[in-house]
Amino acid sequence: MKLFGYRLPGMSSLIIWGLLWEIVGQLGLTFFVPPLSEVIVTLYEVIQTSAFQKALFETAYAFLAGVFFAIIIGIPTGILMGRTRLLDELLLPWVNVFLSAPLTALVPVLMVLFGFGMKAIIITTTLFAIWIIILNSRAGVKQINRSLVEMAHSFGASPTDAFFKIYLWAALPEILGGVRIGIIRAVKGVIIGQLLISIVGFGALFELYSANFLMGHFWAVLIVLFALAFTISEFLAYLERRVAYYAAKR
Amino acid sequence: MVNRAFVLKIVSALILFGAWEIAGRIPVSLAFPTFLESMSALFSMAADGTLWLAYAETLQPLVVGIAISAVLGIAIGLWVGLNDFFDWLFSPIFIVMQAAPLAALIPLLVLAYGIGLTSKVLVVCIMAMPVIVLNTAGAVRNTPESMKEMGRAYLATDLAIVLKIVIPAASPVIFAGLRLGISAGFIGAILAELKITPTGVGDIITYSRSIADYPSMYAAIFSIILLAVLFLNLLEKTETVLFKGNQRGYVSD
Amino acid sequence: MAMSQTKMAVAEADGVLESAVSTRNISKNYGEVEALRDLSLEFPRGQLTSLLGPSGCGKTTLLKIIAGLLEPTSGEVEVNGSKVTGPGPDRAFVFQDFALLPWASVIRNVSFGLEMRGVAKSEREAIAERYIREVGLAGFEHAYPHELSGGMRQRVGLARALSVDSQVLLMDEPFSAVDEQTRRKFQEDLLGLVQNENKTFIFVTHSIEEAVYVSDQIAILLPRPSRVSEIIRPSGFRNKGVDNIRRDPEYLDIVDEIWASLRTYVE
Repeated sequence: MKLFGYRLPGMSSLIIWGLLWEIVGQLGLTFFVPPLSEVIVTLYEVIQTSAFQKALFETAYAFLAGVFFAIIIGIPTGILMGRTRLLDELLLPWVNVFLSAPLTALVPVLMVLFGFGMKAIIITTTLFAIWIIILNSRAGVKQINRSLVEMAHSFGASPTDAFFKIYLWAALPEILGGVRIGIIRAVKGVIIGQLLISIVGFGALFELYSANFLMGHFWAVLIVLFALAFTISEFLAYLERRVAYYAAKR
Repeated sequence: MVNRAFVLKIVSALILFGAWEIAGRIPVSLAFPTFLESMSALFSMAADGTLWLAYAETLQPLVVGIAISAVLGIAIGLWVGLNDFFDWLFSPIFIVMQAAPLAALIPLLVLAYGIGLTSKVLVVCIMAMPVIVLNTAGAVRNTPESMKEMGRAYLATDLAIVLKIVIPAASPVIFAGLRLGISAGFIGAILAELKITPTGVGDIITYSRSIADYPSMYAAIFSIILLAVLFLNLLEKTETVLFKGNQRGYVSD
Repeated sequence: MAMSQTKMAVAEADGVLESAVSTRNISKNYGEVEALRDLSLEFPRGQLTSLLGPSGCGKTTLLKIIAGLLEPTSGEVEVNGSKVTGPGPDRAFVFQDFALLPWASVIRNVSFGLEMRGVAKSEREAIAERYIREVGLAGFEHAYPHELSGGMRQRVGLARALSVDSQVLLMDEPFSAVDEQTRRKFQEDLLGLVQNENKTFIFVTHSIEEAVYVSDQIAILLPRPSRVSEIIRPSGFRNKGVDNIRRDPEYLDIVDEIWASLRTYVE
């Protein structure tokens, strides 16, 4: 988008939407939308409350733990699937099923199996993130250029050498792509988990705010959440682009 | 070796369901019924009609929400993809929506629209729409330049270029976006039923959990996952039939 | 360049050639970058003119300006005496990457140009069928591009360009994406087309041999800034038959001469 010959930065239209929000809020059209300025003032207060900090900490903990397990289990599983045909054929149908299945339906099961707490939320997060990580790692290993494999053989690389010095690096762009999407899914998973098991983290906070009709607080927390999620996703996209330079040249 | 892929799928299903059965028999947890118990609960619910009634209710917000998201999402996506100004104006909204945990809006939607159908439809929409819009817009933007140039060289009007080149070229990706959107829509529909008010399948899940009728609970969950997967597979099959030349077609060497 | 001057003399002795296309003082800038500077060229009617040069010399840019797909920063293009303001029915384009619609069958791809001109379906399919046969693709009318080899795809592109019956055919490195043997066959077929179709061909290539083999006139373009460095009109071997061209001394001399003048521009 160009205006008078100047290139407008990509996300600059959000300023317009922010203004629109402020106007709608100032006009008092609806109780549910307080002016943005008010929300920002509230935001400043909210982030200093211990309830918010506790929720943020709990969420971050569940999120990081969930992502950790998804990566630790997902990448090796994906690479193994890419290298072993039998394993691939046995697991792939289920990975595909769970990739697109409505995983929210599984949360009640996790609740009865693992209790109404942190454990169930962490597992929910892992379940949201892991399938795409497996699938992309598998795809990354599968697409490795045949001549690269032959090159490893012809220069006498041992299987371990070939794996750590060639395959892992050659598959890295896909693996990172999978991790990025997995992490974005994990953000959604951790929130969905908290909403359904609404006694921890932001789930509890939302219950509190909506029971007391604290709209400003609600929007403030939403802004923080969305901004964090967006920052994470953009940061990962940036990391991915840094690897992408050789992804295109393979 | 009659059909290795098919045989292995059966084997793979047997392994998973077998593991489920064994884990249920040990039992790993009091709340973990066996596979066969869950299946018999599924059949008895299907036989006495509870399951069908539940689905009649669950499918309402799902179908309405997905229909709205598809029509509106593709329309906005085309618009954003074709026009620089709207791209600048709207894309950031959908990019943020795509990255953000929109489920957090649910309590607010309930406050604003109550616990009825409207809220549930909206939940499905906010989950399904961003990916449909972004995929459509991206696909439209990425129409190969030489195809558009070809259209102009052979005197196609702007409208003809959009209708006969841009949209057909974009349709595989639009369809893929639709598939992702529907998958997210299912997540939203179940979430709405579990979080807002227990209705339909969400009601079976919540109710049977509260009375500790775990086989029915697992059966309901199994059925909704099965439905989603079957539906999405069907969509994928349609896709491959519809766009058989289009996916591999555009190669220049 | 003694030889090229004798060529010009021979050409003028043939009588003044009428131009089907002429470009006058064409310049094209992309911001700071000068793609073309003050370029004037005449393209004689019924002949094939090659635009030859190293990559980045602006030959495709010039072709697209003639096609009306790009606008020159200054200067103008005339086709049959009228000024070019955009794509027109008097020119048809053959694309380097074929630009076929992957979801459309061969016959729909070939009749695309006619469809855009509002020709009725039965009529345009009859015309398309004729040209599909002419380029040697009979039997593939209902195949899809992904089922065809690269060479066959470009034949579809060629049939599409022929079916709209334009006076001028613009070909942007049409054979660069097909294998060597198919390419030779294409070059022979192209000579036949020039002879039989009475159309004006403008042909962009980076292959010296190809340009000398198929052209009545070769315009050599040099980069930075792009300009026409010389015009060569091979004439001695044109009527000796396709099989004899490649060992004709004049053919070999011209190839060598062009390479000598281009080699300093190749990185």
